[in-house]
Amino acid sequence: MLKDQDRIFQNLYNDLGSDLTSSQKRGDWINTKEITNKGRDWIISEIKDSQLRGRGGAGFPTGLKWSFAPKEVGSRSHYLVINGDESEPGTCKDRDILRFEPHKLIEGCLIASYAIQAHVCYIYIRGEYFVDGQKLQAAIDEAYEKKLIGKNAAGTGWDLDIYIHYGAGAYICGEETALLESIEGNKGQPRLKPPFPALIGLYGCPTIINNVETIAVVPTILRRGGKWFASLGREKNTGTKIFCISGNVNNPCNVEEEMNIPLKELIEVHAGGVIGGWDNLQAVIPGGSSMPLIPKEKCETLTMDFDSLVAEKSGLGTAGVVVINKDQDIIKCMARIARFYKHESCGQCTPCREGSGWMWRMLERMAKGEASKDEIEMLGDVTKQIEGHTICAFGEGSSWPVQGLLRHFKDEIKKRNNFDPIVKETQNIPYLVDQHLLDKNA
Amino acid sequence: MSLKRPAKDQPENFEFNSSSLEAANKITSRYPKGKQQSAVMALLYIAQKQNNNWIPLAAMKCIAKFLEMPYIKVYEVATFYSMFNLSPVGKYFIQVCTTTPCMIRGASKLVEACKEKISENESELSPEKNCSWMEVECLGACVTAPMMQINNDYYEDLDKEKTLEILDKILKDEPPRPGSYRGRINNEPENGRKTLMELKNA
Repeated sequence: MLKDQDRIFQNLYNDLGSDLTSSQKRGDWINTKEITNKGRDWIISEIKDSQLRGRGGAGFPTGLKWSFAPKEVGSRSHYLVINGDESEPGTCKDRDILRFEPHKLIEGCLIASYAIQAHVCYIYIRGEYFVDGQKLQAAIDEAYEKKLIGKNAAGTGWDLDIYIHYGAGAYICGEETALLESIEGNKGQPRLKPPFPALIGLYGCPTIINNVETIAVVPTILRRGGKWFASLGREKNTGTKIFCISGNVNNPCNVEEEMNIPLKELIEVHAGGVIGGWDNLQAVIPGGSSMPLIPKEKCETLTMDFDSLVAEKSGLGTAGVVVINKDQDIIKCMARIARFYKHESCGQCTPCREGSGWMWRMLERMAKGEASKDEIEMLGDVTKQIEGHTICAFGEGSSWPVQGLLRHFKDEIKKRNNFDPIVKETQNIPYLVDQHLLDKNA
Repeated sequence: MSLKRPAKDQPENFEFNSSSLEAANKITSRYPKGKQQSAVMALLYIAQKQNNNWIPLAAMKCIAKFLEMPYIKVYEVATFYSMFNLSPVGKYFIQVCTTTPCMIRGASKLVEACKEKISENESELSPEKNCSWMEVECLGACVTAPMMQINNDYYEDLDKEKTLEILDKILKDEPPRPGSYRGRINNEPENGRKTLMELKNA
């Protein structure tokens, strides 16, 4: 288990209070000026050395992202945008940072803004977290009052304004370009990339977008050194991470742990074990709903980091671990996730808009046992038609969980579904294939 | 995508009152010159708050004029985001999370409770016309599932009895206590916490 002094979020459980004085006792804001005095290049290279990867889901190296911001500020001012649109089912880590460790986030905003030369920072918080957003606003007001942000923030000579922008219940606004559209006052529909936001982002200006947790760990990394952070976890999957363990466990909880921790340790030690015992475990969704589930056999030895989960054809995502035990109907669980994606699709790209509803309806029928055996293959086909054919990663996010179900629980679906269609297929025509390709083969 | 339709009965006029206007001006000033359109979501919230939890079409026209943007753009935003109510929802608007992490911990019981106490169907005003309920997607409190949101507050760690209690209070027009209903103040493991023990005992 990680040593307590190596935990970055000392106040994760609000034992110490979230106000400025108690935060300063924990070490926030103590030498912000010294850090910025070491210069932009030092900050970015230290973050690169720490091998910090984005905590919002995709796991993009943060130092590299910051280095994409133009070195000189031209006619267009730079922006820093913080993504707090935490909507991934199974994830509730950013909420605890907003309400219990707001000063870590605000100090991180100042350092990151300095590194990428931004004078304005927008923190995008999902609308449902209004109460937690108010707590962050109170912390921002406190920081303004003590001159930690504003003109000559914390004596660094850098001017910074931080504003909160509330979302309004759209999951898709967690996608970075959709988030920018939303701040600009439009529908949250993702933009095509390139151009990447680092060059053309908010209001057409260079913009760096980072997750709340990513920015909140930055001050601690710079104080204790990139080498310290890199010594935790393993190569390319370094540092600590807040894991959210929910679902059928005895003590659902948030806990900060080292990367590469065994999944079994997370569940057994921190979350008090699976309801009904380890043998009652059916499957685990390791990283929020868009990551494919992992069946029990593999959970025995699985370690939680970006690369080892990719090797199991899943992903760490946001580290929202949803534990599903054998009392649950796994097909129904996945059908509910498919309904989530059908509801949250922004409707911009046809494969996703139509396909997400299609997957949901098929899974609902499969849960009831009203599908025919052929439809199982068809469902797999539909997921392949969505994946990779959309502007943003929502297509992958909606089709991967279904693919995970098909990969590991196909037998279960086959056992339940025996519907006999009245019209029998006489020819083997692959479903949803371009007709001109068929002609060529004929 | 969710389908949202504006209410049939619409008020003729809508004007921001003085406190709303002050809030609107303050928020608009946070965005760069010429980019005041960014404030549209915040202004829709203000209109919603002023107008008893829902946004009439007249309010959208008023906001469009205020921000010097086309009315259709405001309409687009109001219909896209699920938190803007385009028809009356009552003084207490109850949203029950039923996405998988809540579902496997018994969110359907909460829905049952709402059906018993408030109305048979979603988005339908109760007989007293002061509340309505609907199923919503993940509200981001999965560790304290199952949960629901009433206006701005979260009510966590619920079961059917506790939900019925809360709904009884609402029907009597008493605001219930927000937060966890198993006494949790944070997301630590309820019993058997293993981390940051020194701070806990300090």
